[in-house]
Amino acid sequence: MKKYYLGIDVGSVSTNLVLLDDQGSLVYRDYLKTMGQPIKVVQEGLKILKERMGDVSIAGAGTTGSGRKLAGIMVGADVVKNEITTHAVAALDTNPAVNTILEIGGQDSKIIILRDGIVSDFAMNTVCAAGTGSFLDRQAARLQIPIEEFGDLALKSTTEVRVAGRCAVFAESDMIHKQQLGHRVEDIVYGLCQALVRNYLNNLGKGKDIKPPVMFQGGVAANRGIREAFRRELGMEIEVPTHYDVMGAIGAALIAREAVKSRGITSFKGLDVSQCRFGVRPIDCGGCANMCEIVEIIRDGVGIACWGDRCGKWSSRVGKYA
Amino acid sequence: MLVTFPHMGNAYIAMKSVLEDLGVDVLVPPPCTKRTLELGAKHSPELACLPLKLNIGNYIESLEKGAEVIVMAGGCGPCRFGYYAEVQREILRDLGYSFKMVVLERPQGNVRDFVKKLSMITGGKSIMQVLASIKRATRVAVMMDELEKLCWQVRPRERVSGTVSRLMQEFHSKAYKARGSRQLSALIGEYKNKVSRVAVQEGKEVLRIGIVGEIYTVIEPYVNLSIAEKLGCLGAEVDKSITVSYWVINHLIKEALHLYNKRDLNEASYPYMRSFVGGHGQESVANTVLYKRKGYDGVIHLLPFTCMPEIVARSALPEVSRQYDIPVMTLVLDELTGEAGYMTRLEGFIDLIRRKKELDKAYEEVLPGN
Repeated sequence: MKKYYLGIDVGSVSTNLVLLDDQGSLVYRDYLKTMGQPIKVVQEGLKILKERMGDVSIAGAGTTGSGRKLAGIMVGADVVKNEITTHAVAALDTNPAVNTILEIGGQDSKIIILRDGIVSDFAMNTVCAAGTGSFLDRQAARLQIPIEEFGDLALKSTTEVRVAGRCAVFAESDMIHKQQLGHRVEDIVYGLCQALVRNYLNNLGKGKDIKPPVMFQGGVAANRGIREAFRRELGMEIEVPTHYDVMGAIGAALIAREAVKSRGITSFKGLDVSQCRFGVRPIDCGGCANMCEIVEIIRDGVGIACWGDRCGKWSSRVGKYA
Repeated sequence: MLVTFPHMGNAYIAMKSVLEDLGVDVLVPPPCTKRTLELGAKHSPELACLPLKLNIGNYIESLEKGAEVIVMAGGCGPCRFGYYAEVQREILRDLGYSFKMVVLERPQGNVRDFVKKLSMITGGKSIMQVLASIKRATRVAVMMDELEKLCWQVRPRERVSGTVSRLMQEFHSKAYKARGSRQLSALIGEYKNKVSRVAVQEGKEVLRIGIVGEIYTVIEPYVNLSIAEKLGCLGAEVDKSITVSYWVINHLIKEALHLYNKRDLNEASYPYMRSFVGGHGQESVANTVLYKRKGYDGVIHLLPFTCMPEIVARSALPEVSRQYDIPVMTLVLDELTGEAGYMTRLEGFIDLIRRKKELDKAYEEVLPGN
């Protein structure tokens, strides 16, 4: 029977599942909206996977993304890894020579600098929404352009219209201004792409040595306008991997494969996890003025993990669950 | 007369020591919590940096408990800090609190003035008594920092994770109740003993990370989301370039007596920064260099959002990182309580330096004579 490795990336906007075979090639991928319900969406994802792939033998599982811990507890992941490492591992698997990774997702963006196949520096956006996908989403909605057509429309631009990219609020008012002056929509749209790229490079790229080959991944990599803006701004060719939007999940699966090979055993609980009844029990800890909001994860009526406390009073109970 | 002061990590221990030895009744503000921050943020200017807001929170929580005098450090600041006490006094007055605020400025060549201000709180204690209690408190601060350092070393190696943190929680709740330098140093000694006896994994290889940056964010665990503890749990031994005792000895005592020697720091930072840029900006650059020389694997640079001196340091650090081949990550701290993004960065950084270390080691093995 063929062995597969599962990778789950639970992000703030989307949850991605991939299945890799023993050689590391992708055999299955799914992209679901998280919609603020990570538990439900992970179960849903596993259910769909089982329906489409049948009862495949999964030899290892890894989770990543901001919901990695929760997903990891749910499925019994072999590795729970941060997004920096998983994105780097997946990019290196596609092109071992990659020196720079640009990653733009819905809520956050990052830049990863690699040298000789290892991460040498990275940065994630902090307080600004202007360098992320949700900024584009919002502006597309305002202009009533489906986000899928946004990039292609930008490529039709012939004249440069400068839109302020310092901050999403400034960008929006600047854009409205340009519109009212009568500029063409495609020029404004490309101006927005440039603004996002400028913001990204100023925010994350400052002080970093961006060298080719450059790989561009994350959901926003689908946008050809942004790709073009990066190409012109950096003066380099931008490589977009085939599975650009699920690279985090691929990385998690690759790391899980490595871990299982050295350990020889997986802790994955099986696809039937989707049948379990998961719940959360919120606990308001009144132990001190921090008033920590504790969450206990419950599977079929039994507590399996606890977190959210500052002092460790609750989360240290995890040992008792194991 | 009930005296209080703002928190900064374990600084309260030295403050308790000096004041209680002089017979002053001390009210240590409750540890910084979400409520402290909420109170502070509500009543402070929005654009003020984070330490000011937490100070305000500390004062309010102490005044609620009956504090009558606030002791705060001041000075003609190299950054906004010098203006803190004035702004804070006005804010609290506007809120209708009645209290007395004593601003202790670093004695600029005039030790007598400093001591005089202290005796405003202590009543008729002689200069000799004040100096003696400062001396004892300095010793307590040094011992306390030694205890913390021990924790940073033991934590990544402990067999049962969480043991050191549990001991320290116990320690702090007892330290709140201890009185004067004698009881405090006895307590610190007791816990030094306990922490050093925690079962560790012998010979475990750990990563070593230096922490540099703005003093308050480096020292106060509430603001840096207990970075030393988090890194410890991720298997890294940390060291902080600035501690309470370092500050007391170098900035309060030695600088006042013109004995503060910055030769090492100046030498280390020279190619990148040749003069004082306010706060601890120059120290951040210099200490990054010094950590590399001491064989550390990486440096984390902390600053509160909008901190000018550290922004200057930040622009020099990428070059230091490149030339000295040491990974440096800057983390900007503000009113954040969501820890997910913070953890991602710390874990990412640990992964990065672990892989780098493995690779460096592999190089050394193929290049004999290195």
